[in-house]
Amino acid sequence: VRTCVVGAGAIGSLYAAHLARVGDSFVLTRRAEHAEALNREGLRVSGRHEFSAHVRAATRPEQLPEPDLVIVATKTTALEPAAAALAGHWPDALVMTTQNGLGADEVVRRHGDWRLILAVTFMSGTKHSDTHVEYVLDTATWLGPSGDTPFERAQEVAALVEASGLKAEALPDLRPAQWSKLIFNATVNGVAALTGLPHDWHFAAENGVSDLGHLVHDLVDEGKRVAAAAGVQLRNDPWEMNVLATRRGSAHFPSMLEDVEAHRPTEVDLINGALVREAERHGVDAPLHLALLRLVKAREASYST
Amino acid sequence: VRICVVGVGAVGSLFAANLARLDDVEVWGYDLARDHVDAINRDGLRLSGAGEVVGRVRATSDPAELPPCDFGIVATKAMHTAAAIRATAAAFAGGSVATVQNGLGNEESIAEHVERVIRGTTFPAGKVVAPGQVQWDVKGDTTFGPFEPQPAPREAIGALADACTRAGMPAQVVEDARGAQWRKVIFNAATNPVGALTGLTHGQVVEDPALRRVVSGLVDEGKAVAAAQGIVLDADPEELIDHAARPDVAYGHRASMLQDVEARRATEVDYLNGGLVRFGGEHGVPTPLNAAIWALVKGLERSWE
Repeated sequence: VRTCVVGAGAIGSLYAAHLARVGDSFVLTRRAEHAEALNREGLRVSGRHEFSAHVRAATRPEQLPEPDLVIVATKTTALEPAAAALAGHWPDALVMTTQNGLGADEVVRRHGDWRLILAVTFMSGTKHSDTHVEYVLDTATWLGPSGDTPFERAQEVAALVEASGLKAEALPDLRPAQWSKLIFNATVNGVAALTGLPHDWHFAAENGVSDLGHLVHDLVDEGKRVAAAAGVQLRNDPWEMNVLATRRGSAHFPSMLEDVEAHRPTEVDLINGALVREAERHGVDAPLHLALLRLVKAREASYST
Repeated sequence: VRICVVGVGAVGSLFAANLARLDDVEVWGYDLARDHVDAINRDGLRLSGAGEVVGRVRATSDPAELPPCDFGIVATKAMHTAAAIRATAAAFAGGSVATVQNGLGNEESIAEHVERVIRGTTFPAGKVVAPGQVQWDVKGDTTFGPFEPQPAPREAIGALADACTRAGMPAQVVEDARGAQWRKVIFNAATNPVGALTGLTHGQVVEDPALRRVVSGLVDEGKAVAAAQGIVLDADPEELIDHAARPDVAYGHRASMLQDVEARRATEVDYLNGGLVRFGGEHGVPTPLNAAIWALVKGLERSWE
């Protein structure tokens, strides 16, 4: 089997290295020197798994043979140009999106009529260099069919990811899982970006009146009301996901916090923004997520002042 | 007349140095910063900027040195009110004590230790630039009135306001000083934490239409809490917010809470947004946005621990 990961950040690197153990693993990168380094040195995984993988990397799809499966693992903010670069290529490939937020499959569909798989992933890693990624959290990738893709294809992809050593589960309808993660992400990322706190015990503390857990709970409840208005039954309770994650011991630094500290644009428009737009579309209020969205956008604006 | 300023920071210094110019007033200052106290006793308390003043003030860090005083003016940060008044209360056994501090709850703290209390609100601002030296940034008015449960005599309030006014710190006496106080609290609670969370100046916060709506959301909750207690604001806080954003007023002002956050000092958020949430709770007025902002700033403070 041939797979191609588009975007070799931490998540993309973890998929590419593991999939090299069960087939030919290709990688499309934005930077030429990144592709050259991967071709020269391969990809090293440390942490929960320790191995080195041989991958074939390039910056343009025409430089690679057609894969059976494409995994688009760019940040949500980079999805549009990544999908545009695939236009006109690899018509028979199955394309899987893994971005945060909602509607990644719709973005890709605008650039070609591939069969699509929608995924959300809870695994996490830390990229130490272009050719070295640390596997931190070995939580699953959930995936399901988008549009008229048969469920069997999602099951095949899940089996392939599992065979590579990562965790995956195929679901006939991804929306309940996707929304659970969206509400979790909007809450945890937004609060972390504004407070500077990693996702630690503060997020579950509800003893004192000014404890952060009250706000986290309110944000989750607001998200649940939006989900209910959108007719989505959540797969997991985002509050329980939050509590569980804070008990894992090592505090996770959400990407939005890392972005704010590095003065990079964040995904807030695509995460909290997605929730706020869904609220508007379904006629419910989401004042707290709207406030987080506005505050994080303003924080981004402060970089240049 | 003997007046002791409790907490000789920026605002306390403006009162102390100006009042010391009057022949009929003896001014004492109580402050825990030894180098500041020593410099004041050696060289006088020096103001520069909006006015050039050298005040002969007798400063001390030892409450036992304070003689009996006719008036106290408490000007500490709100989180230090209880400790400061507990230490100095004996000097005010026969006098009246006014607060010119930010936030809600200072009068209640003071009243636990002294009989006669004056509710006060002041708008002048400055900053301590070196021991004994204070930059006077903005002139402004002060409003005094009785603290309703334990009021100072009307004549005493009048005498204090008269002394301040003659000293160049214009002060007026009103029947209900809550209107001025709550206007300033609502202004501070709506703008300071937004500056602190985003890193933007007052003017930048106000000119961003999305952020301005967050500010107005906070103002609206504050107004509702004031109205539920029968407090008539002396002016609309929104006017003050827009006025302060003018380039010739305070466009480039970095809120004191932003300065606190950048210096990793505890903020006054418990007495601003926290105070509004507490009073809202007592009067059945929901304050979800102020609660959210309070939790975010507390989270920010906890991220330094």
